[in-house]
Amino acid sequence: MSDTSAEVAVDVTGGGAHNAEAMSHSGPAMKIAGYAAMVVVFLVVALPLYWILVTSFKQQQDIYTQPAEWWPKHFTTTPYHAATTQIAFWDYVRNSVIITAILSVTKIVLGVISAYALAMLRFPGRGLLFVVIIAALMVPNQITVISNYALVSQMGWRNTYQGIIIPLAGVAFGTFLMRNQFLSLPGEIIESARMDGAGPLKMLWRVVLPMSWPTLIAFSIITVVNEWNEYLWPFLMSDDQRTGTLPIGLTFLQNNDGTSQWAPIMAGTVLAMLPVLILFLALQRHMIKGLTAGAVKG
Amino acid sequence: MLVTASQPAPTLAGRPSPPDPVGEPPRRSGKPYGEWLIAAILLLPNLVLLVVFTYRPLLDNIRLSFTDWNISSPYADYIGFKNYVTWWHDPNSHQVLKNTVIFTIATVALSMVLGLALALLLDQKLRGRNLVRSVIFAPFVISGAAIGIAFQFVFDPNFGLVHDLGYRMGLTVPNFYQRPGWALFMVTATYVWKNLGYTFVIYLAALQGRRADLDEAAEIDGASAWRRFYKVLLPQLRPTTFFLSITVLLNSVQVFDIINVMTRGGPQGYSTSTMVYQVYQETFVNSRAGYGATIATILFLILLVVTVIQVRVMDRGMKNV
Repeated sequence: MSDTSAEVAVDVTGGGAHNAEAMSHSGPAMKIAGYAAMVVVFLVVALPLYWILVTSFKQQQDIYTQPAEWWPKHFTTTPYHAATTQIAFWDYVRNSVIITAILSVTKIVLGVISAYALAMLRFPGRGLLFVVIIAALMVPNQITVISNYALVSQMGWRNTYQGIIIPLAGVAFGTFLMRNQFLSLPGEIIESARMDGAGPLKMLWRVVLPMSWPTLIAFSIITVVNEWNEYLWPFLMSDDQRTGTLPIGLTFLQNNDGTSQWAPIMAGTVLAMLPVLILFLALQRHMIKGLTAGAVKG
Repeated sequence: MLVTASQPAPTLAGRPSPPDPVGEPPRRSGKPYGEWLIAAILLLPNLVLLVVFTYRPLLDNIRLSFTDWNISSPYADYIGFKNYVTWWHDPNSHQVLKNTVIFTIATVALSMVLGLALALLLDQKLRGRNLVRSVIFAPFVISGAAIGIAFQFVFDPNFGLVHDLGYRMGLTVPNFYQRPGWALFMVTATYVWKNLGYTFVIYLAALQGRRADLDEAAEIDGASAWRRFYKVLLPQLRPTTFFLSITVLLNSVQVFDIINVMTRGGPQGYSTSTMVYQVYQETFVNSRAGYGATIATILFLILLVVTVIQVRVMDRGMKNV
């Protein structure tokens, strides 16, 4: 049953003949409409990105023209210089890198070991603990910030890395994702590894993880992107470039003076977008896999 | 009736979606509890973090909602339901509640309808579809704060992209910064633009995992394209639709970054404030943490009720699939 439908699905996505037939009732007119729609969609999504990029290479006076220049008349990289000097740009980059790195590694490790315990080990209360971890997904961060803010400030942890990192380090989604992955592994392999006397940790490291790379990579990328983009909590915890992350630094660029210096702001935005976009372009398949794997369970 | 032909009723079981968890593999019988110590060590850090930084504040938040705490003072008085009464009678709260409902319904509906439409479009054999797929998904990975800042200039009433397009076509473009309704539109549009890629990708995966044989059977039966979509495809996508309706709604309600960098809840005070933004503003800007906690508690209760209803509807809906 599932075999046949898998074949059909492959046919739909990759096959020529079948698909051509499916399209045939609509004819070439529909095909043209399809391409037209695709171009419109492409423009709607890509035009703002192009606009941001073009503006970041304009001189200030060339921004205030009507109609606007769609290609910079006086191409310049001064906005990039301005963006990186008007604010302590590289301090924010450093903070973003440090916080994202530590937080991601922590979350990935915690997610994997929690998922391993929930999927592979036997102990009383396992079902309950699973629910406790997963239910955290339903509690928005925004509702917990007031009390967490009070707690962390009391400890004197505002404007520290640990104050930003530790409250964000609990893992619900990743635990869920990895647990599903571990449960989907063939039981015989796990069993035979057990027979060979592999202890729980050796089992995790040598047997379970090597079979779970794709999901682990997906989980890792989603985590890195999320932490890189995290805004509210670092924003509340940081007053300046000591611990502020890049998104927060950008807002200082924005508020630097009364009139908006759009070119440097756009340049800063481009610099902030670039790392995730590159990561995304390189690894989008993995990332999408992780997102859809989370969705399948529903 | 349409699906009759020779096909069995559509079941989810036949979907080839890869990571369908297969349940627990068989376990060896010996030492059933020998592993509990290791399990405890592995689970404890995560559990402690979630308890301290998710569940504790959730409860503490309810306690704070009955106080007049001002975020910086070490002391606070319990004032009963006074904050709740204030919220109930505050016209600004009504405005914010209305904004939240409008923003949430608009973003959820738009991103789901458009996401499905785009998934259907780009599931077709079209040249260059992979490029367009990537482009649609790309904004989803960019920081909301960065996008919010950049989109301020996209919507700039004098020199922005939207203004320029309108200008070239001889249209008058509204002042997105100052007109309350248009400001809310701007924030909504920005959010949908950023997050459309998520619903798109999930729907696309669901489409690729669907059973094309059902569609073919319906086609042979002579069903129109619309009926095939409505009677065959949509029911198959129902689990995906339910999943998305819950996750997208939870995400939309939580939006903070875009609103904070684009409008700070304004113009004219509260035109684009949502409840999450109001929580921030009352707590950290107006130093009324007790009142902020009240709004957060009310928001949580609303979310809880909405989610329970969604899950109920989902359970009922799944039985009819």
